[in-house]
Amino acid sequence: MAKKESTFANMVLTLIIVAAAASFTLATVYNLTKEPIERAREAARQEAISRVLPEFDELVEKSFMPPTGSDSLQFNLGYKDGELVGVAVATYTGMGYSGVIRAMVGFDPDGQIIDVVHLEHAETPGLGDKIEKDKSDWSDQFQGFDPREKTLKVEPDGGDIDNITAATITARAYCDAIDRAFQTFKENHASIINTEKE
Amino acid sequence: MGQLQNFTKGFVKDNPVFVLLLGLCPALGVTTSAFNGLGMGMATTFVLVSSNIVVSLIKNFIPSKVRIPSFIVVIASFVTITELVMEAYMPALFESLGLFIPLIVVNCLVMGRAEAFASKNNTFSSIVDGLGMGLGFAFALTLLGGLREVLGTGEIFGLSLYAGDGMLVFVLAPGAFIGLGYLVALNNIVKKKLY
Repeated sequence: MAKKESTFANMVLTLIIVAAAASFTLATVYNLTKEPIERAREAARQEAISRVLPEFDELVEKSFMPPTGSDSLQFNLGYKDGELVGVAVATYTGMGYSGVIRAMVGFDPDGQIIDVVHLEHAETPGLGDKIEKDKSDWSDQFQGFDPREKTLKVEPDGGDIDNITAATITARAYCDAIDRAFQTFKENHASIINTEKE
Repeated sequence: MGQLQNFTKGFVKDNPVFVLLLGLCPALGVTTSAFNGLGMGMATTFVLVSSNIVVSLIKNFIPSKVRIPSFIVVIASFVTITELVMEAYMPALFESLGLFIPLIVVNCLVMGRAEAFASKNNTFSSIVDGLGMGLGFAFALTLLGGLREVLGTGEIFGLSLYAGDGMLVFVLAPGAFIGLGYLVALNNIVKKKLY
C-alpha cells in the first residue's frame, strides 16, 4: 500500500510530521473551545449555587481545607444587603460506587442545610443516580436538615438519613460529601461569619 | 462493490457490534439508555469518518512500518477534538458520556476501518465506509441502549412506558451482556433471511 520506503529517515520524518500536524490542530481547537468550556462550567456552578442559596446580591469566594480529604473546598458566601444569608460549599467524596461525587451544599449562617444539589457523579443509572434531584426526591430530605442536632449518616450506619434501596454505597458517599462540607463549615465558622466583603 | 452496498453493509451484514464484535467496551459501557447509545454512536461516527478521510489522504506518504502509530495519532486527535467541542457546546451530553469519549481512541472499530479499509481505498469510498460503519455502530448502540432502558427502567428516551422499576439487572453490566447476546442472535436470523 505505502509507496514510501520504510527507511529509518522516512519513518522518523513521517512520525514527526504527523505528530506536529496533530499537535498544531489540537492546540488550535483547544484555544477555540477554551472559553466556551469555561463558560459552561461556570454556568453550571452558578446555577448550583443559586439553587442552594436564598436570594443574594453579592458572592464572596473562599477556600478552606477540610479536616479529612486531600483537596480544599470552595466556599461561596452569599450576601444580601450586606448581610450573610448563606454559604454554598462545593464538596466531594471519594467513597462513591464509581468515581468521585461532587455536590453543592447550601448552609444558612448557623449551619442548617438549605438544600443540596449534585454537580457530577458516575453512579449506576437507575440506582445510585437517585441522588440527582430530577431523578428522585431522595435528596429533598436534606432541605432543612440540621447537622448540629442530627447525624449526617445513612440509617444503617446509625444516622438520620433515609437510605437509597440497593444503593447504600452511593447514599453513604453522598452523606460523606455533605458531612465533609459541614465539618469544614463548623471548623471555620468564626472566620466565615466575620469575613469582610471586599 | 458498489457504494450502496459499501454503505449498507454496516447495518446488518457487517454490523460492527453484532457481527464484527468490535468496539464492545463502549457498546456495553454507555448503553444504559437509548439516548446515551445514540450520542456515543454519533461521536464515534464523526471520529470514524474524519479519521477515514485523513488516513485515505495520507496513506501514500506513510511508510508501512509506522502506519499504525500514525493512524493512532490521527484518531486520537479527532477524539480529543470531539471531546473538547462536546464539552464546550453540549455540556449535558458531555456529562453523561464524558468518561467514554476518550475511549473511542482504543475502539478497535475506528482503528480497524482505518487499517482494513481507508488505507487501501480512495477518499470517497472511505467516507461512505466510515458513514455506514459509524451509523451501523450508532444503530446497534441505540438498539441495545433502548432494550436495556425499556427492560431496566421502564422508560425509552426518558419517556415512561410502564409503572414500576423494571428489571434492574438490565441497567447493570450483566444486562448489557445478556442484551447483546440476544441482539447478536436476532441479527444472525435477519442476516440469514437477507443474504
